[in-house]
Amino acid sequence: MRYYSKDHEWIEVNGETGKVGITDHAQAQLGELVFCEMEPPGTVLAAGDMAGAVESVKAAADILTPVSGEITAVNDALADDPVPLNTAPEENWLFTIRLSAAEELDALMDEGAYKVFCHE
Amino acid sequence: MRTPLYHEHLAAGARMTDYHGWELPAQYGGILSEHAAVRQRAGIFDVSHMGEILVSGTGALGFLQILLTHDVRRLETKPWVYSPMCGTDGGTVDDVIVCRYDGGFLLCVNAANTEKDFSWIRQNAPSDVTVENISERFAQIAVQGPDAFTLLEKADLSAVLLQSNTGYTGERGCELYVAPGDAPKLWRELTAAGAVPCGLGARDLLRTEAGLPLYGHELSEDISPLEAGLGRFVCFDKGDFIGRDALLRLRDSPSRRRLIGLTMQGRAIPRPGYAVLGDGIPCGAVTSGGVAPALGCNVAMAFVTSEAERYTIVIRGKEEPAVLAELPFYRRRK
Repeated sequence: MRYYSKDHEWIEVNGETGKVGITDHAQAQLGELVFCEMEPPGTVLAAGDMAGAVESVKAAADILTPVSGEITAVNDALADDPVPLNTAPEENWLFTIRLSAAEELDALMDEGAYKVFCHE
Repeated sequence: MRTPLYHEHLAAGARMTDYHGWELPAQYGGILSEHAAVRQRAGIFDVSHMGEILVSGTGALGFLQILLTHDVRRLETKPWVYSPMCGTDGGTVDDVIVCRYDGGFLLCVNAANTEKDFSWIRQNAPSDVTVENISERFAQIAVQGPDAFTLLEKADLSAVLLQSNTGYTGERGCELYVAPGDAPKLWRELTAAGAVPCGLGARDLLRTEAGLPLYGHELSEDISPLEAGLGRFVCFDKGDFIGRDALLRLRDSPSRRRLIGLTMQGRAIPRPGYAVLGDGIPCGAVTSGGVAPALGCNVAMAFVTSEAERYTIVIRGKEEPAVLAELPFYRRRK
């Protein structure tokens, strides 16, 4: 099941862990991405904390974790080449997180609600 | 506000942005490809938002010598002169380009400063000088890049009122002044000839690589041209001018801040406002920074108040190492 945050991130939850990435809307707003940097595995975060940043030619955008938990993996390939975040944002995750409070997912949006949110 | 080229931008699929009240293209295809077009071939920019102020009358030249820090008599041998314009305290009111026009002198000023400059100039002008804000008479198209002048040969330039071989990219090229109604046709001819439309995003990368100051970043009413590294445009021996005393004191002050260039050793990207540390101690802040595709690294311009052996820039809480670099970062091959 995939959830969406108001900060334009998606989280794909499978059991106890979720993969987190940025949405197509987010990459379109940022433009050409040139750099991304995530906190290392083992970092414990509360929902809304900064998990890292993605940077386009023109701006830096903080990546805020949509749920609380511990970062379990970081997609290092994107640090060397963030272009897939522009071309296929919903297929390329930035980090995985072990959820410590799964009920936080209830506060996120499903795909339909997120599409409405983006058009508001 | 919209420039006469607004509909050309929309037709070309530009993403528009607000720039000091002007709706201007941020980018068309992509900032990096636009940047590459200017460095390798030729790009064109809509700079119609720039202000134009006409200073005329018998006392015009003498007045400009008082108003501007550079020696305007250089116009006897050069078609245009770049100069800071300072307040009495040495702070920078604006930076301008001056050329002869219509029996007087035309000052091309920053869009956001047009009204302020107009008031300042009028307020200081003697009775034998007339000052007019004639910004509405002009659209401006900048053609920049190694192929700029070859490309101009393919366009009908009969409508061009003024051609100034200046720019804001570090490449050869020019800025063409035309009546607003003539701008769309010229724009279409130049793009048909191969000039790549470029937006503000590419313009900012290009001017940062070229170490050129942007008013509001490297220059302001609180920053003197001496601090911004523009001392060669402050002519102390030409006689009196507004700000001279303050600038002389500053010139002889050992503690003044100065603008430096820094290149990043890692991949983190410096942005305006980030803190700069010298030997671990806070010593300044980034004024402009970002990726520099022509150099293959990331760069920053920053004001610092002290010299250091080792510089770092604080990016998301981490001290990222940077190396002192001579400005400009990028210099075109002659």
